[in-house]
Amino acid sequence: MSMRTPLSKVRGLGSAKSGTEHFWHQRLTAIANVPLVIFLVFFCVANVGSSQAEMTAAAGNPLVALMLVFTIISITWHMRLGMQVIIEDYVHGEGMKLALLLANTFFCGMVALTGLFAVLKISFGG
Amino acid sequence: MAGTPMKERPLSPHLQVYKPMLTMMMSIVHRITGAGLYFGMALFVWWLFAAAHSASYFDFVQGFIGSWFGRLVLLGFTWALVHHALGGLRHLVWDTGRGFDLKLIEVLAKANLIGSLALTLVIWIVAYAVR
Repeated sequence: MSMRTPLSKVRGLGSAKSGTEHFWHQRLTAIANVPLVIFLVFFCVANVGSSQAEMTAAAGNPLVALMLVFTIISITWHMRLGMQVIIEDYVHGEGMKLALLLANTFFCGMVALTGLFAVLKISFGG
Repeated sequence: MAGTPMKERPLSPHLQVYKPMLTMMMSIVHRITGAGLYFGMALFVWWLFAAAHSASYFDFVQGFIGSWFGRLVLLGFTWALVHHALGGLRHLVWDTGRGFDLKLIEVLAKANLIGSLALTLVIWIVAYAVR
C-alpha cells in the first residue's frame, strides 16, 4: 500500500522534488560528451606545442569556437552532477555537505564561465 | 523525536568486506577518474584563458604544461578521460537493460581497461608525431 497522495504519484517527483532530472541530465550530457570529448582530444593534440598566435587562430575559427562552447557547457554540467553524487555519498554532516555542494556549483560555474569568456575573447576581441 | 535516545544503528557493509574484483575496481576507478577530470578541466580552461590573455602568459602556461611534471599530469588526464569515456559508454549500454551477462561484464571491463591504455598510447604517439 502506498502512503503517497494521488497527486504526488502523478507528479512522480519523489522526496527530493526533482524526480529523475538529475539522472536524466547526467545521461544527456554523457551522450553529448561522447563526440565532444573526441573533438577535445583532437583540439588538444593539434595545439600541444602551439604559440599563442597559432592557438588563437585555431580557437578563433568559428566552427572550432562553437565546438569549444558546446564542450565547455556539456562537460561542466556533467562535472557538477557527478561531483554532487560523490559529495552526497561520502559527506554526512549537513553543514559540510551544504558547503561542499555550494563550492561544487561555484567551481563548475567558474570553470564554465572562464572557458566561455576565453573562447569569446579569442573570437571577438583580439 | 527529541529526547529519544539514539542507538548506534548498524550500517550496511562497505568496500572493506568484499573481495576485490575487476568489475568493482573498474567502478571505483570510474568515479576516481571522474573526480580527476573535474580538476583537469580547470587546467584546460586555464590553458584557453592564457591564450586569450597574452602571448607571454600563454608561453608561461605552455612552459608549465610542457615540463616533465606538466606532461605527467597531462598523461594522467588523457588516460582518465579515455577511461571515463569508455566506462561511460558501458553505463549507457547498461541503461538499455543489456550487457548484464556475467561473462560479458568481465569482457567489457577488460576491454575498457585495455582500450583506455591503448587509446592513451595512440593519442600520445600522434601528439608527438605532429609536433
